[in-house]
Formats: sequence, structure tokens, C-alpha cells
Amino acid sequence: MDVPLKWLASYVDWDFSVEELAHRLSMAGAEVEAIKRSGGDWDQVVVGRVAAVDPHPNADRLRLATVDFGAEEPLQVVCGAPNLEAGQTIAFAQVGAQLIDPSTRELRKLRRGKIRGVTSMGMVCSERELGLSDEHEGILVLETDAAPGTPLADVLADVVLDIKPTPNRPDHFSILGIAREVAALNGSVVTEPSMTYPEADTPITDRTDVTIEDPEGCPRYTAIVIDGVRIGPSPQWMQEVLVSAGMRPINNIVDVTNYVMLEWGQPLHAFDYEVLREHRIVVRRAQPAEQLELLDGSRLELQPEDLVIADAERAVALAGIMGGADSEISDSTTTVLLETANFQEATIRRSRSTHTESGTEASRRFEKSLNPELAELAARRAAALIIETAGGQALAGIADEYPGKKHAPQVIVTQHRIEQILSVLPSVEDVRGILSALGISNRWIPPDRFAVSCPPWRSDINVSDDVIEEIGRIIGYDSLPSAPLPGAVPDPEFDLERDLGEQLRDLLSGLGLREIITYVTVGQQEVEATSSSGEEEPDTVRLLNPMNAERDRMRPSLRPWALRSYAQNQREARGVLGLFEVGKTFAPSTARQPTEMRVLLALLGGETPPSVHGDSARQFDFFDAKGLLEQLGAGLGVTFDLSSGADDELLVKGRSARLSVNGHDIGVIGQVQPTTADAFDIDGDVFALELSISTLAPLLEDSDVIAAPSVYPAAVEDLALIVDDACPAGELEAAIMDNGLVETVELFDIYTGDQIPDGQKSIGFRVYYRSPDRTLTERDVEKARRGIVRRLQSQFQATLRDS
Amino acid sequence: MSLAEAGDETALDEWRVAWLGRRGRLTAVLRGVRDLPAEERPRVGAGANRLKSALEDAVAAHRAQLHASAEHAKSIDVSLPGRTPPLGSLHPVTLTRRHLERTFRDMGFDVVEGPDVELEEYNFDRLRIPAGHPARDMWDTIWVADDAGDNGGPRQLLRTHTSPMQIRYLERRQPPIRVIVPGTCYRYEATDATHEWMLTQIEGLVIDENLSFAHLKGTLEAFVRRMFGADIETRFRCDYFPFVEPGAELGVRWQGDWLEVLGCGMVHPEIIEDAGLDPDRYTGFAFGMGVERVAMLRYGVRDIRHFYRNDVRFLRQFEGRR
Repeated sequence: MDVPLKWLASYVDWDFSVEELAHRLSMAGAEVEAIKRSGGDWDQVVVGRVAAVDPHPNADRLRLATVDFGAEEPLQVVCGAPNLEAGQTIAFAQVGAQLIDPSTRELRKLRRGKIRGVTSMGMVCSERELGLSDEHEGILVLETDAAPGTPLADVLADVVLDIKPTPNRPDHFSILGIAREVAALNGSVVTEPSMTYPEADTPITDRTDVTIEDPEGCPRYTAIVIDGVRIGPSPQWMQEVLVSAGMRPINNIVDVTNYVMLEWGQPLHAFDYEVLREHRIVVRRAQPAEQLELLDGSRLELQPEDLVIADAERAVALAGIMGGADSEISDSTTTVLLETANFQEATIRRSRSTHTESGTEASRRFEKSLNPELAELAARRAAALIIETAGGQALAGIADEYPGKKHAPQVIVTQHRIEQILSVLPSVEDVRGILSALGISNRWIPPDRFAVSCPPWRSDINVSDDVIEEIGRIIGYDSLPSAPLPGAVPDPEFDLERDLGEQLRDLLSGLGLREIITYVTVGQQEVEATSSSGEEEPDTVRLLNPMNAERDRMRPSLRPWALRSYAQNQREARGVLGLFEVGKTFAPSTARQPTEMRVLLALLGGETPPSVHGDSARQFDFFDAKGLLEQLGAGLGVTFDLSSGADDELLVKGRSARLSVNGHDIGVIGQVQPTTADAFDIDGDVFALELSISTLAPLLEDSDVIAAPSVYPAAVEDLALIVDDACPAGELEAAIMDNGLVETVELFDIYTGDQIPDGQKSIGFRVYYRSPDRTLTERDVEKARRGIVRRLQSQFQATLRDS
Repeated sequence: MSLAEAGDETALDEWRVAWLGRRGRLTAVLRGVRDLPAEERPRVGAGANRLKSALEDAVAAHRAQLHASAEHAKSIDVSLPGRTPPLGSLHPVTLTRRHLERTFRDMGFDVVEGPDVELEEYNFDRLRIPAGHPARDMWDTIWVADDAGDNGGPRQLLRTHTSPMQIRYLERRQPPIRVIVPGTCYRYEATDATHEWMLTQIEGLVIDENLSFAHLKGTLEAFVRRMFGADIETRFRCDYFPFVEPGAELGVRWQGDWLEVLGCGMVHPEIIEDAGLDPDRYTGFAFGMGVERVAMLRYGVRDIRHFYRNDVRFLRQFEGRR
């Protein structure tokens, strides 16, 4: 909302600088987004008086104007405007002024020129040349007492506050609404505009009739009929206000409706009464196949949900958005039907989004939900202004259909509540002063309360805390006291999944991986290409209006985006690239909401580069990934069991494993299928580790018990076994660990070749025996070893290599 | 062999044993002292001991010399690159979220989370934003394509803010309440340098007996001091959110300009009442802030879109931060 300060000053006084005013309004809730100047700088453009008009010797359509512009000698300029007359006060541009070129619309410096043989020493300006409006048929005629030579900026320019209203304050879309804020902030009083006008004897009901067929869409419709108007330009003061507020003057009737809309925040519309069939108004939804041509020339195919204003036969306006072309005020209009109505915001919003790109000044206001009580005030104000500027006489009364009238509740505000919420208690006089300046009627009910009612231009004063906000914001939030939070600290809730997610973030970033956070939406193809089940499409949560039509569903896994991020970063990452994400996945559910699961996905690959220290290059492989998993297990205090072959279509079967903890399936590890990697533009091998955090979290034992280290020495022995080549080392290791005296087993050697029979391998373990309560004797160790070897022989057909 | 000729540790040891060992020549002299006549013993004994200690010094000096020259021969170029174990990084949104969480935890707040896919009821209606309400325009919404919703069942959406957790938390807890809710939110909104359609919010809710706007101010001022430093200038301006009354926005002066940090306000009495609590007895405040916005301030990031591009050249710079 553009608020020109000159106009604002005609309703209210203030003692602040412009910057201070803007600051105070912003702090109180009417945010000033910018302080602008209306009009240009207009350097070298001054007020001039046309002293004489003479014909041009060489051109019929040009004339010579002698302009007094405050210099000792007047100047003669060539002028083509048909409305030029001697005695006019005009905007005179001297040579050197920056004006807007009427054809190119760009700024151009005015030079001395010769037009058809006559030297022109300046220019009488049109509105377009001054950047005021598009008007270029004639010159701008000023209505000012300013002496010739006064800079034009002093007469026409203004400071304009660009205010961004919040959705609860449609009154901030009006000059009076802002004036009331200023009055409250400054402790002054708003000068209310004149609302009275003479009425004819004939009652309006004799001449028109209003029917509301859709009371939900139209809670109130008022009409005033004014006879005998003379259409012409509106007075200059009104035109200047409209221009400074960013609107284009049209004629005295339309300008009044726009002026009152800016003044009160209530949109109005004027119909040519004679054009309305049967002179009646019907508010209804559009009929099938009904059409309407709007003021701006657009032709609408109306939809059944569109609310229209119709006469006896046809739609004449799209309610709350724009009037129709047929019934608009024309030069020959003599009787005006003035509409001031209230429309439901949702109805207006729907029609606006169907039929317009950005809405109109009217729809913008209706969409903020206006109070229907406002309509009558604005109607009376507009009627008074039409009669003042276009003459005519109003019929008696207002045709007022008001099916949506509601009883406005009185709001009781106690001093106790004010103090409870604000921690201060302003005096009765201060409270009443603030509310009265805001136009909120109020009454003191001794000993301790106020009765308050919501004014017609607002809808947001419904409970006592609404009133308390008014008091608090006008006092100023920064002036209110501040206090530390008292009271007990509540018991926390525990969220194992969240905690595990955080722990995994710490562990993985500590192990050299980079955390990524990716978007939650994915496309069907990438979901299929990365799903564990392969071809068939997994069930996903679809979106109605995704940001990107190609990613129209919530991710069932973190895979697609992680692979994409990996590919994008591969070129930049030198050496090993490790990325991980801890995030949510989504699956449809029969419950009220989808199932959200927390998942970890890590992707790793690349090459450790050779070093100057003689370390050779090495490809990242499965066992690097497994080592990472083991580190995670160590960090979490859990053992991940691997069963080879993940049975996951994303991963290579022979280079992957399914992960479980205590028999619960919790994820997979393995190499991503080269074809899939290739489809994501990934070069080389990439390995994935995927864990279900939601499944894992409850399996982690919250064991904070730490074993005391044994004070007795360990006995260390190496066991070299010969076993079948296919025998998994992990199972041998587990069998050795099973012995009660074994503390640790380390695999240190695997060998095939000379001295080892075909199809077998030699495998070496270093075994640490230790007891917590005594020093082991050689006999103890001997006995333990024999037990281990017996078991390995019977279970794995292992033989000791040395024997 | 003279001592000077001992070129390494082994040779030096041989020499030492030959002269000073248990069967060394000087040791023999010292042993022989007791066989000398009594009047000669002190002189010879003292002389031999002086000699022994001189030789021991010489051996030590020679050993040090040998070490020095050996080290010199094996000296390394310390300017060569080190073998660097990889240093990972947490995402800046995680880092900032955790910083905010730590700050609030220090002030006695619990941390809980809620669902990303919400019901319209929680995201809007029960926060006093019914369908058709002008305030719904503040949150452009991404809706779930849902058969149940089409058939008049509850409509699902991607939560536009973390505020629905106010309602959910009030369903299961009684005052005193002091909680923050971090979470991802979604807006149907064009992306530019300051707007992302996916964003991270932290919601706060405090309800107890007789809390006032003063406690809102005191708590959030303390938060801002802990987050941005003790000298930070703050201001509260009136703002509008349908679920608070009075409503406010907290700004801080950052490098000369006032920047909006969070929206806040006293919990609307109807929300307290809907939770089954007496609004005359229980009052409180709520607040919400964007994590990316704080991260942008903290790290001088000028374009919000960097956060979800996941470019390692960007992420790498967060190594070692917490």
C-alpha cells in the first residue's frame, strides 16, 4: 500500500521525522518496506503560467505559448497540445531538464530546438513526459497557487511510505487505517472525512432492487443511486492523490470509487444505472456458458463457482474483482448506481486465480477478509464525494441487503489480564487514549475492566488478548519489561532414533565422510532404478502439486539423491569420496499419515592417491567399506552380522552382504551395480552402506557398564590352520572366540600356493588368552588350545599346519 | 684401537669393555690397588679413579657425537606433505541446528521432533488457520495426492512450518512445557537466493502458570545473546501469526542492519483452551525460526541454495567445525 504523506497529513498530525514515522509504524506492526518519492526529481522543471497563445506561422496544429516561469523575461515555446489555453498554470521544463520521451519512454535531456522554423526554449509538459501517468493527449494543467518559478517537485512530489500489511489488518490497505496508527503512536486525533450529503425525496426502493441469491458469497450488498451527475475529470487534488498513490485518474465517478477505496480500504464500483436491465441488481453464481467482458477488455468464460453481479438478464461485473465493459461509466452517464458490497474472501480468491494473473486492487482487499460493517461507511463517503465533484442528487436511503449481519460481541478486558500478559498496567486514561486513537470504541467499567468493540474497518478484535496486543504494540514492545524464565524445568522425552541419527552423524564425519542433506522428492524412474526389489515400482507417497513435475513423490529411500550427489562431486573430489546422509524415508500407510523411517546411507569410492613417501595408490574396495562398518559397530557398541549376498537389486550379488543385529535385518552393504552407477554418471566402483536407524535404535543396548581391565598377563599364541578354500574366516574366528579363556583373536595371514593342497588355504590367527582372576599356566593354555583345535577339526575339517 | 677410531656404537662398546668393563684394563688397575703398599694406595687409587671418570666422560661424549652424526645422516625434509587421515564434515544445517539446540537445552528446553507429512488439521485448522482464512496465503502448501482426502477424509500435506508440533505436544504433555522442535518444512514457493522450497525450522513452546510477554522477551533475548554474543542489540516489533496473540518478530542488529531472526508471540488463549487447559491460569509463548537463515548469518553464506546443492567444495569448508 502506497501512503503519500501529504495525503496522510490531511487526516492526522505527527511530530516525527519521516524516518521516525516509518520506524514507529513498522515497530507497531504496519511494516514500512520502503520510503519512496512520488514523481521524478524534476530538476529544471518549474511552475509556469501561460501568458499568451499565438498561432505558429508555419504549422496549423502547432501554437506558440509565451510562458512566465519566474524569470525576468518570459520565454516562447512551441506546443502541439490541443488543451493549451492562455492563463493556465502548467509544468514548464527548461532546456537541460530530464524528461521522459513520450515515444521511447526513456529519459532524455531537453535541448533547445527549432520546430518548423521557430526556436523553442523549453517545453510545456504532459503527464507522460513527467512520468506521472500515460496521459499524453494534452498538457498537464496545474491547480496551484504556487508562483511561477516554484520547482514542480514542491507542488507535485511527495514522500510515499510503502506499507506491507499483515493478513489480519485489511485496514492497513487504507489511508485512514494508517492515519489511526499514526494518531495512536503520536497521541493525536484523526480528522474523520465528511460523510453527509443531501438526499432527494424519492426513496431508492422505488428505483432499484437488490437481491442476493448467494448469501455465503455475498454477506452484504449496498447500493446508492445518484441522478444527474456530470461526467468529467475529477478535481486536481483528487487526481494528485490518486497519482501519488499509484493509480491512474479516469473520470470523476471512477476516481471517487478509487479514492474512497484508498481512503477506507473498501472497494466500490459504479454502474451506469441506465444500462442495467430493469435497473436491478442480482448477486449470484454464474450461469452455464455465461460470458462477461471486463473493463480491461478481457472476455471471460465464467465458471459456475464465479460470483457475479448481474442485472435482470446478464452478468455485469465479476464480483469483487472487476466491473463489466457494458455497464461502465461513460461520458454520457447521468445516473450512477454505486455498489459497496462485502464478498467472501475464498470466493474472490478462487475467481481471481481463475481469471487474472495478479488480481486487482479490489480483489487484494477482499481477499484480506473485510468487515461487512465497513461497506455502509464507504458508501456514504463515496456518495458525498460524487455529489461534491460530479453534482447530482442521491435518492433517499441505501438499498442494503445484509444477510451476513453478525452480532458484534463486546470484548471485556480486565486490568488483571492486561498485567498478566504485559507485566505492566497502564493507567485507565492511557488505555482509553490508545484505543480511542485507533478508533476502537471503549468504555471503562469500574472497578477493573474495559468494554471494547471491534470497529467496522477491522475484524481482528474478538478476545481480550487482541485488545491487549493493541495496548502493547502502541506502548511499544521494546518499552515493555523483560524477565528471565521462572519455574521448573520439565522432564525430557527420550527419542532413541533421533539420538542414534546424531551419533551416526558424529561417527561418520569423524571417520572422514561428508554429511549431505538432499531433497525429499524423487521421480518414478530413479526410484525404480535404485529400488532393492528391482523393476517393479515400490509404493510411494505421491504429491498433488510437486515443485517439479518430474519429482512427484516422497523418497522411499535416500538412494537416488545420494547417487546424484556422488556423481556431481566425483570430479571435484580428489582421492576417496565418502558422502552420507541421515534422513527420513516415506512409505504409504493405512494409518492417518505415511510411515516415516529414519535411514542412514553412505556412499564411498575412489582411490587413495600415491604419495611421495612411497605409498602406492589403492582403490577403495569392499573391505574399506566393511572396515567403516566395523568402526561404526565399535562406536555404537554393537556387532553387525554379515550374511553374504544382500539380495538387493542395487548391489552386486557377489560383493554385498545383508546386515543384521541380534537376528534383526537392519540393512545392506556392498558394491553398487556398475550399470546403475553408470546410469547416474558415476565412474568406477562405488560402495553403499545402508542402515535402518528406526530398526536399529531399539536394538542397541544401553550398556554403560565398562569391564575393568585384567591385571593378569595374556598368553599369546599363533594358530596356523589349513581349511577348505571356501571356509569363511569369520566363522573360524567366531569358533575360536567361543572359548572362555580367549580374549581376542586377530586374523594375520591368509595363504594359498606352495605347500598348501589345491582347494585349500592356510589361515593364521593370533590368539590372546587371558583370565580376569589369575595368571594362566602353560597347562591352562594347552588345554584351551586343544579344545579349540578339536572343535575346528570337527566343525571345519581344519588341520593344524605345523602338525 | 683408540677411542677416536670407534666409528659406531659396537666399536665404542668394545672399547668401553676393553678399558672399563669388568675385565677391562683400568678395572684391573683399580682391583690391583688393594695389593699395593698402604702408603701408595691413596695416590694410585685416586689417580685411577680420576682416569676412570675421565674415560667415562670421553665415552659419553663420543657416544653423543656418534648419535648426532647418525641423526644428521638420516634427517628428513619436514616440508614434505604429511599423511593425512581423512577429516569428514557435518552439514552446515546440522551444525547450526545443533548449535541452536545446545543453546536451548542449556536453558532447560527439551528437543522433540514431529512428522514431515502432516494433516491439514494440525498444520492449519487447529492453529486457527481454517480453510479460506487470509492467513493461509502466508504458507503456500504442497499437498499429498491422497485418495482419503479426495473422499472427504483428512487431507495430508508437507508441513509448512514446525508449529503443528505445538498441538501434538500439548496432546501428550501437561505444563510446565518447555520444548523446541527442529524439523524440515516445505513451501510451494519459487526458489531464489533467499528462498528455498525446503527449509529447516526450529519451533519453541513454553507454557506454565502466569508467563507473560516479559518472559518471552527475557528468554529470547537470552537466547540471542548466547547465540550471537552478549553485545547483540535486539528489538521486538509487532507481527502477526494466527496462533499467537500478541504477536511479534525479533530482530537483531547485524553488521549495521536490522535482521529478522524469529517470529514469536504469546500462545493464543484459544489454543491453550483447546488443549484442555485454563487460559486464565496457564499462559505461555511460542516462537519459530529458520535454521538456514541463521546459518547464512553465521557463515556469511549469501545464497541459500548452496545448502542443498551438496557441493563438496562448499561442504569441505565445514571440516572440524562443531
